[in-house]
Amino acid sequence: MSGGAGRRKPGRDEPARGAPDEEEATGAFRRSRGRVSARFSASQAVILRNLVSQVAELMGGAAADPGGVDAGAADAGAASASAADAGAAGPAAGQGAAGRGEPDLSPEDFAAMMGAAGPTSPPEDPVLARLLPDAYRDDPDAAGEFRRYTEQGLRSGKVAAAQTVLATLPAEGGQVRLGPEDAQAWLRALNDVRLAIGTVLGVTEDYEDELEAASWADPRSAYLEVYHWLGYIQDSLVRALR
Amino acid sequence: MSVAPAEVEREQPGLDAVPDTPWVTIVWNDPINLMSYVTYVFQKVFGYAKPKAQKLMLDVHHKGKAVVSNGTREAMERDAEILHGYGLWATVSHDR
Repeated sequence: MSGGAGRRKPGRDEPARGAPDEEEATGAFRRSRGRVSARFSASQAVILRNLVSQVAELMGGAAADPGGVDAGAADAGAASASAADAGAAGPAAGQGAAGRGEPDLSPEDFAAMMGAAGPTSPPEDPVLARLLPDAYRDDPDAAGEFRRYTEQGLRSGKVAAAQTVLATLPAEGGQVRLGPEDAQAWLRALNDVRLAIGTVLGVTEDYEDELEAASWADPRSAYLEVYHWLGYIQDSLVRALR
Repeated sequence: MSVAPAEVEREQPGLDAVPDTPWVTIVWNDPINLMSYVTYVFQKVFGYAKPKAQKLMLDVHHKGKAVVSNGTREAMERDAEILHGYGLWATVSHDR
């Protein structure tokens, strides 16, 4: 397990970089009047929406993030069929102008990274295997039977959590306020994104050491920064909910 | 634990015995899930008090795995399914 953003706060290269008035937009959650809230910059929102969309797509649900403010609600319905066909290019093609060139890592980079584990991948795909794990370690028959009855529900639960994030996080950034149910969906969706990225990167519990030592020129360090930032947000949300 | 005893025939009925709980749910360590999150999930899913949830989390972290619930096979499969929903790496096992 990871201890979270204990030793270092994200910031050296966090995707929050932007205009001065975005300095407070860290994505860290706080409790306020029975709800939890956080502030996201436009570039943070674009990246997060994109990542969450990728996971939803990987899980076979409505995926493409059209980049509009009301995209989340629109995603929930009829878009799913076409989204499944859209493939990894979908989210990148749909990005709004707000995200262009702003973060060091473009949403297209993430699309490419996550797209390596596309929705038609075989079960041995490591990201799919991590998001949809076997429930029996040494009994393939029992694992298969369990999967037969549970995998679709698991997939749709993850898609629904992703859609909640898309529906509550404005594409242009800003304040996010969550009631108890939406906060649970955010927790699970953030975790799914971290599982996917962490699996692609092959992170260890000592990834922070790697991050400290990494060269700026190493593209992997930029991915690790995003991974680190996501852990920071998730940890803040857990603490705000306790 | 808050899980109902298993409905399994006892070999020696009538004995003042330990409940038959031959099935367990195991959570395995992984490098990604946050310690704070795993503790939270144990509290949320099983209703465990924080000290117990934290101890289980630390067992997973240090020993590589921990039994987080026991009961009937069906109940354990339900637990594993819920834990998978939270992204934890849970398996069901016929223990003892």
